[in-house]
Amino acid sequence: MGNDLVIEAEGLIKRYGETQALAGVDFSVPAGTILGLLGPNGAGKTTAVRILTTLARPDGGSATVAGIDVLRHPAEVRRHIGVAAQDATLDPLLTGRQNLVLVGELSGMPGRTPRGRATELLAQFELTEAADRVVKGYSGGMRRRLDLAASMMTRPPVLFLDEPTTGLDPTSRQRVWDAIRELLDEGVTVLLTTQYLEEADALANRIVVVDHGRVIADGTPRELKEASRSARLEVTLAVGDPGAVAAIETLVSGRVHVSEDGRHLSAGVDSVPGLATTVVRALDSAGVLVDNVEVRQPSLDDVFFSLTGGHLPDDDATGEPDPAAERWQELEGARP
Amino acid sequence: MTTTLLERRPATRSAAAPGALAEPIRNIWSMTRRNLVHISREPMQLSDVTIQPVLFTVLFIYIFGGGIPIPNGSYKDFVLAGLLALNLVTSTMGTAVGLSTDLHEGMIDRFRALPMWRASVLVGRSLADLMTSCLCALIVALTGLAVGWRPGANVLSVVAGFAVVLLFAYSLSWIAACVGLNSRSPESAASFGFIVLFPLAFVSNAMVPTQHMPGWLQAVADWNPVSAVTAGARHLFGNPNPSAAIQAWPMQHPVVASLLWSVVILAVAAPLASHFFKQRTTE
Repeated sequence: MGNDLVIEAEGLIKRYGETQALAGVDFSVPAGTILGLLGPNGAGKTTAVRILTTLARPDGGSATVAGIDVLRHPAEVRRHIGVAAQDATLDPLLTGRQNLVLVGELSGMPGRTPRGRATELLAQFELTEAADRVVKGYSGGMRRRLDLAASMMTRPPVLFLDEPTTGLDPTSRQRVWDAIRELLDEGVTVLLTTQYLEEADALANRIVVVDHGRVIADGTPRELKEASRSARLEVTLAVGDPGAVAAIETLVSGRVHVSEDGRHLSAGVDSVPGLATTVVRALDSAGVLVDNVEVRQPSLDDVFFSLTGGHLPDDDATGEPDPAAERWQELEGARP
Repeated sequence: MTTTLLERRPATRSAAAPGALAEPIRNIWSMTRRNLVHISREPMQLSDVTIQPVLFTVLFIYIFGGGIPIPNGSYKDFVLAGLLALNLVTSTMGTAVGLSTDLHEGMIDRFRALPMWRASVLVGRSLADLMTSCLCALIVALTGLAVGWRPGANVLSVVAGFAVVLLFAYSLSWIAACVGLNSRSPESAASFGFIVLFPLAFVSNAMVPTQHMPGWLQAVADWNPVSAVTAGARHLFGNPNPSAAIQAWPMQHPVVASLLWSVVILAVAAPLASHFFKQRTTE
């Protein structure tokens, strides 16, 4: 276990009445990186964040943030974290500036430093113009940005951002993304939860996929995609040729689809290095003229759906979620 | 790792700053200011400490004034302390509603994740409400003076009279806090005012001398803390105080009795509110 893990969660269990929100979740975030906690609604992402930010106590397991035990020294943990919760936690009756100053003062920032810092953040999040307006009149995007600014008031070394872009328009989302990327440059460690694969892909160094309170996959965005069986092989022939299917059948993981004119073949494949070369050679030795061969890497959406048990549009995808998840665990075990 | 973490905290004071008390006081002041800003944003929230006192004072003095004979004095001089008690007691409902609203908004989660003294949410609320109570007391006094109320004691004694009532209202606001912390919604917290505070204020000597009440009700009224507070204020204001003729201990020692009530209520309700707050914000 490295010393540079800023967030560590081990075997977190949390139950709300009948609902098992977390059923033993482990993950860790190395210093200066962004971990994306990815999962559908109700997967347990927010519960994990609430435990790590000292808002909820787990029924089992342990966690440290900035090297401090969350359960034993919650007050000390609060000195090192910034939180932007899913429901914007702002005072609707205060202005944007007053909200930030209040957070700064309550965090123990001395004298007039909260005012200076607030002005700085309002500018960074393009809220200067709205700074002295009451938050009740802010748009959703403005509230999100202000919430994010509030979480950064004390320049905390660890940030928890719970679905920071949910419900935002593309422009606002882009702004929030930029702000998060800037944090990385400053060396901040971030735990980000999101329902958007695109977001996790764009921002996170590592992704932990949770579903029904369990971790079902863990890796870099690239590793996740590569581990998926859902890569697709697309072959375009110069002329339709019945021999083509037989030539590539052994190389793919499912049935080969042939288009009506016989020129377009497609099939699910395991994503292995040099696959396109192998396919071209096989077709060439069968005397088939090839115009184009393409191996389309899976999108994170494909990965996500296969991991959470959703079905991919084509029938060659694994119906059960387990094989992919198992492969993930194998990969996990193989890593140092 | 620890060093990098510390380096990244230039803007924040270290954990154990000199003067461990300074931090909670700063927190309380921040929270108090926040609540005062709320009031300035929605001035109608203040109606129960601004318009209501004027209305009550004028209505009671002109409507009941002629019909209720007061031995050795006028109804105006008699009722002012009662109006003060009535207005301040019923306005503590604002504490219940305010806290309940705080708990229902996401803001409470923000506070809970900050390295602040958590009880400042409660103390800041009660102090802001105390300030509005002071405003309320001032308005009652000014309205009273305008319609002819005249205290018969020196300034110091009159100020002490106001202090007695304000202290009692402050202690009640901690009971209101307990109610607010246990209510499902701000609306149900508001019903506390009508179900508990209004009977409490009216079954007393605040509006009429208790001598004319049925025997059992008079016993309740004479031991009602609001009666002690009102009688104490009348005594200190140098206004007619018919209750002085009643043998019940609180009526014989109204100032001591009302101070005792306030201290006991504070001693019980404040820790209880803090307990409820912890309970309500633990998951």
